[in-house]
Amino acid sequence: MIFQFAQLPVLEVVLPLIAAPLCVLLRRGNWAWLLAMAVCWASFIIAIILLTSVDEGQIISYALGGWAPPLGIEYRIDAVNGLVLLIISGIGALVLPYARTSVAEEIPEQHRSLFYTCFLLCFSGLLGVTITGDAFNLFVFLEISSLSTYIMVAMGAARDRRALSASYTYLIMGTVGATFFVIGVGLIYAVTGSLNMVDIAQRLETVGDLRTVRVAYGFLVVGIGLKLAMFPMHLWLPNAYTYAPSVVTAFLASTATKVAVYALLRFMFTVFGLSFSLTIETLTFLFLPLALIAMFAGSTVAIFQVNMKRMLAYSSVAQIGYMLLGVSFANVTGLTATLIHLFNHALMKGALFMALGCVMLRLGDVSIKSMRGLGKRMPWTMAAFVAGGLSLIGVPLTVGFISKWYLIEAALERGWWPVAILVVASSLLAVIYVWRVVEVAYFREPEGGPRRCEAPLSMLVPLWTLVAANLYFGIDAEFTASVAQLAASELLAGVMP
Amino acid sequence: MTASFALCLTLLIPSVGAVLIALTGRNPNLRETVTLVTAGVLFIVVLMLLKMTSDGAPAAVILWYMVPGLPLALSIEPLGMLFGLVASGLWIVNSVYSIGYMRGNNEGHQTRFYICFAVAIASAMGIAFAANMFTLFIFYEVLTLSTYPLVTHKGNDDARRGGRIYMGILIGTSIGLQLVAIVWTYVASGTLDFTAGGILSGKVDGPMVPLLLALYMFGIGKAALMPFHRWLPAAMVAPTPVSALLHAVAVVKAGVFTVMKVAVYIFGIDFLAQTGGADWLIWVAAFTVLAASLVAMTKDNLKARLAYSTVSQLSYVVLGAALATSMGVIGGSMQIVMHAFGKITLFFCAGAIYVATHKTEISQMTGLGRVMPFTFGAFFIGALSIIGLPPMGGAWSKWYLMLGAAETHHVIIIIVLMVSSLLNVAYLLPLVARGFFLPAEDSEPIAQSVGAAANPQAPRQRPKIQEAPLLCVLPPCFTAFGCLVLFFYADYIYRLLEPLVTQ
Repeated sequence: MIFQFAQLPVLEVVLPLIAAPLCVLLRRGNWAWLLAMAVCWASFIIAIILLTSVDEGQIISYALGGWAPPLGIEYRIDAVNGLVLLIISGIGALVLPYARTSVAEEIPEQHRSLFYTCFLLCFSGLLGVTITGDAFNLFVFLEISSLSTYIMVAMGAARDRRALSASYTYLIMGTVGATFFVIGVGLIYAVTGSLNMVDIAQRLETVGDLRTVRVAYGFLVVGIGLKLAMFPMHLWLPNAYTYAPSVVTAFLASTATKVAVYALLRFMFTVFGLSFSLTIETLTFLFLPLALIAMFAGSTVAIFQVNMKRMLAYSSVAQIGYMLLGVSFANVTGLTATLIHLFNHALMKGALFMALGCVMLRLGDVSIKSMRGLGKRMPWTMAAFVAGGLSLIGVPLTVGFISKWYLIEAALERGWWPVAILVVASSLLAVIYVWRVVEVAYFREPEGGPRRCEAPLSMLVPLWTLVAANLYFGIDAEFTASVAQLAASELLAGVMP
Repeated sequence: MTASFALCLTLLIPSVGAVLIALTGRNPNLRETVTLVTAGVLFIVVLMLLKMTSDGAPAAVILWYMVPGLPLALSIEPLGMLFGLVASGLWIVNSVYSIGYMRGNNEGHQTRFYICFAVAIASAMGIAFAANMFTLFIFYEVLTLSTYPLVTHKGNDDARRGGRIYMGILIGTSIGLQLVAIVWTYVASGTLDFTAGGILSGKVDGPMVPLLLALYMFGIGKAALMPFHRWLPAAMVAPTPVSALLHAVAVVKAGVFTVMKVAVYIFGIDFLAQTGGADWLIWVAAFTVLAASLVAMTKDNLKARLAYSTVSQLSYVVLGAALATSMGVIGGSMQIVMHAFGKITLFFCAGAIYVATHKTEISQMTGLGRVMPFTFGAFFIGALSIIGLPPMGGAWSKWYLMLGAAETHHVIIIIVLMVSSLLNVAYLLPLVARGFFLPAEDSEPIAQSVGAAANPQAPRQRPKIQEAPLLCVLPPCFTAFGCLVLFFYADYIYRLLEPLVTQ
């Protein structure tokens, strides 16, 4: 029994990785779906166990294949990635039961088992990025998840051919990002002779402030910045989210960018640390202004969108701004805000995109015009959308409020009160784009007559589970706040040998 | 039953009521019974709380910690007790009235209406008994959201526009200003608990005091301090029971109640008096009092006129807080009660007139007093109370406010208060005079409605009394009587409020 528990870190990643090719062999979409769901739930349970065993500041170190780190690959779990693992696997476990009906509608039969293969590959890739303590291994998993994501986005072509160009843009941008990243890792390896992150961090302290290290840092930050859609490197995101199949959007929007934010935090704080000469400058002079611009530009553009998926995509650009803003404060409260928002934003965007998936299933269209009178036609879906929207605004008793609270607190702790005002001002922009939909859905007469066409229960249950989580973690945020606080202080403390 | 348990019940009862209303929605009679029973039980519980706390039983309960260090907590203090009593007591009267009004007008979506109402009352209770600013803010926002479906009840373009202004201003000010003020307070003083004497003394100083106070005062949009008052007239698109209970009592009083709480328990009146941080607020409040009264005079629509009157009257409370003296605080707090009874009466009457005749403009109401004497009588009494004439309750709040102004040597404020009373006379009483003394200009519509035309042998006959349904007429008479009673029992309220200023 103890032996099995010790293997949990590797099982978390390897289970979906093995299940992925099995899905191809199963050929039938439904069987592949069943397998994928079983695996995702297993990963979710493992993630819960892992997080509960690191939530008091412990660290799990797992040597892959018995090769001791720093030479072998190390899986290293602390509160930071424990939390991110929980987000990814939790969203995966909720998206899959939802996926069956939605995928059956949006993806042709012959591609379905391949879809689940890609989904599992992406899933394991994201988990791998998060769990690993090895810089090159992180690159490998990043590419596994990215490549499978490009395919999944392209599968939206069955419905709208523009998915192909969206996927292609994403492919180019993502590959540029990955290349920058691997150049950065290469330069670091040249200087330190190590790929293990903890080991690199310790060796960097002794090598001093070399130009090579600075260049490596630049490549890494830009490379990850592309992956996480940091403004102004977000151009791939709106199209990819808009034209991907609904399930893919719901999954990616709540996980992929979060994992990239995690990778950024890991490199900036654990590997380079606050003592590195460029870190504070980057935070103050790069991240802070970019985050603020993203918050306002993203939200403003969102207000004028006709396609609801695109609106939420731009809203994601803004929300990523909030996460970067939290990082840029470089204090415990700020990082806590970022990590809480990582978790909370996954819940709200997951719920919102799932609701849109339900609309897509029934109406085949998610433009603002199709939302007319939907409050009557799809009452449960729209109620979920409103709840998610309120959360996006940051209304009390939803998770969004908790994020806002910590962000404002962090800004005021630093004495940056104009930033605090900008945070609330930008959330008022969210009021506008959310309320626009609410008014159309509840005050306009439905186009196709008042006939009710509610989504099936298999989609509503996962959707409402996420909505319930939105409310629950907004009412009782002790769990998220304390884990995030612990994780933030772990990040700021740097490497503990 | 312990006091702490009763405190939880004040939140639980209306919430459970909301669920039961949803379940019994198919049977209107049963549904309305649930509303009435819930309202009755809630009032009894609040009365029991009053009894227990006046016996000295401690009442404070921490529900749970929302985030580490910030609990959702309830406790009892005099001001909250008063607000809780007013809101829960008038809910009973208003529920009776709602039944008459909603049925009399054949309004749709009545189940949704009663559910939202119960949720709104639950959040009003949360505001009344909040033990810290964090808890208060949360219920404040829930109140805004739960009243949005009520404001936009009619679902037409007007309702949508009104709702947009309502949400825009209330959410905008609360998130944009109030939330920043609250977090600032938390970062500065490390706590948000309502503490006698305030928590900011020594933590914030210099020009920061008026700045923080401004964030609070304008952030509490529900207090309708100018220039953030537009939501209140906009909210008048709602059915009249909503305007009556929410936009004369629960929502607006939640606003000025929050203003009082912030002045007394966050800043502390001594701290405000020493630093002079509230001096500017006196002038803003005085300006709102006069300007809103002047606007009210220009409105022909009865509900719009009453709305601007409310904007004006709310600033009396803000003024009481801004004076930062014990008499000012007493006067302001008393105004919460007195104005509640007066204004709910006026709104009830406006709704009764609408149900009976479908008239909304004052100019159409000529001669209507003879047809609806009870409604217009109640309106008269309510108006007197708003003006502040004895023997109506409203006289006392104005009295104490004047005392407060005199204590701080604000002669101009005394003049403002007097002028405002005159303005009240000028915009409230003409309706009564027009109703009772002027003959109906065009007797045709009234004649039709009362059937006098069928009686040709008596051309100068007094028009027959044709009131709104009984359930619409009794509530305003009841609350008008309340205005009268409050004049004689103001002493009791004074003694309840006394601990506020004598710590």
